[in-house]
Amino acid sequence: MNYSNKYIIIYSSVMVVTVAILLTFVAIGLKPQQEYNRRVEKMQNILSSVHINTTTKNAEDLFKKYIIKQIVIDSKGNEQKNIVAFDVNVEKQIHLPQEKRLLPIFICKTDNNEIKYIIPVYGKGLWGPIWGYVALNDDKNTVFGVFFDHKSETPGLGAEIATLEFQKQFVNKKLFDENGNFVSIKTIKGGAPKNDEHGVDAISGGTITSDGLTKMLFETIKPYENFLKNKNIEL
Amino acid sequence: MSQKEPLFSSKIKNTFLGPLNKNNPITVLVLGICSSLAVTVQLKPALIMAISVTIVIGFSNLIISLIRNTIPSRIRIIVQLVVIAALVIIVDQILKAYVYDVSKKLSVFVGLIITNCIIMGRLEAFALGNKPWPSFVDGIANGLGYGIILIIVAFFRELLGSGKILGMTVIPDFLYKAGYENNGLMILPPMALITIGVIIWIHRSWNKTLIEK
Repeated sequence: MNYSNKYIIIYSSVMVVTVAILLTFVAIGLKPQQEYNRRVEKMQNILSSVHINTTTKNAEDLFKKYIIKQIVIDSKGNEQKNIVAFDVNVEKQIHLPQEKRLLPIFICKTDNNEIKYIIPVYGKGLWGPIWGYVALNDDKNTVFGVFFDHKSETPGLGAEIATLEFQKQFVNKKLFDENGNFVSIKTIKGGAPKNDEHGVDAISGGTITSDGLTKMLFETIKPYENFLKNKNIEL
Repeated sequence: MSQKEPLFSSKIKNTFLGPLNKNNPITVLVLGICSSLAVTVQLKPALIMAISVTIVIGFSNLIISLIRNTIPSRIRIIVQLVVIAALVIIVDQILKAYVYDVSKKLSVFVGLIITNCIIMGRLEAFALGNKPWPSFVDGIANGLGYGIILIIVAFFRELLGSGKILGMTVIPDFLYKAGYENNGLMILPPMALITIGVIIWIHRSWNKTLIEK
């Protein structure tokens, strides 16, 4: 059958508008549930940096149990009131100058009553963003555990940052050297020396992701320096 | 007016059984290979993918068939794509809301259902020329034909690659102690291709009519 141009234009316009309205309703209707899933995932990620295994079902309860306090500070180490650390979008903060950033910290009390400080980190890998959480012991120097994840790093290469094997290496590494200077932790190509307190093995074939990770750790933990150096902050 | 066809006539039965056997989209038509290699490492994502594709094919066939007499043929491909894309987005959103972990595993492959050749193929070949009910049956059957292969492949890949079924360990401990090891190659895409090849082989030796002269 032959249809006129007018018919085709009206037909496609009606179709597109109908579909758009339908999709809008679906997206709005499901948004709260999706938002909730993202929050639960974030809680799971935070807890995984302090070696607490969670499922999607118990994550919320465990998060309430172990994360005893969430604070937001500025780069001078002063606490910012009225902001919930969990709601701070780290991705947006890293684009601000250091002095203006909001720096969230999650304070965790483990089963042995030890205090751990969890700092969110965010940076760039090879193909897209990488992010994670670094948990420090109460000396604010030694790493207790880390969690990293990525959006689209190469499977088997850069994506290895999300594996336990890689993350295990960070345990007991130190952020500051003996003189108290911030040196962060670096991924070292070809393997870190055995007693290196500030280096871990980089991923073979994942050099750009590894370098991105080094940069991410340095740049997002650096603003916390004042907080980390001050051993007497009362909680 | 022609006489009304019964809901489950022999023609409908053939429409339904064809894609499961002699017209199987994967093993006979060799369509949809890309996603069947990618999402069959574990059974659960494969299952969800199979269900998603079945729903999308079924309903896009139904919708296109319902509006087939109004579609200007010059823009029919665009109309088909809009219908498929809308359904895929709805499925994607639902997965994100209710099975978040699986939707993360499937990642781009849910979105890529849009480009799954099986769906466009069925719309062009069947839905544009048939009534809604047979079209719907044809869509569901093709989805199932695709899904069955996906599930068979995923079953063997998860069993031999990780020693698990649906995430539960099924290979007993004493076998590992006796020196059994999971086959790491099963987790990688090449073994999916080989598994599909083996299924095609078995399928053809069982259904001799498929063998080309």
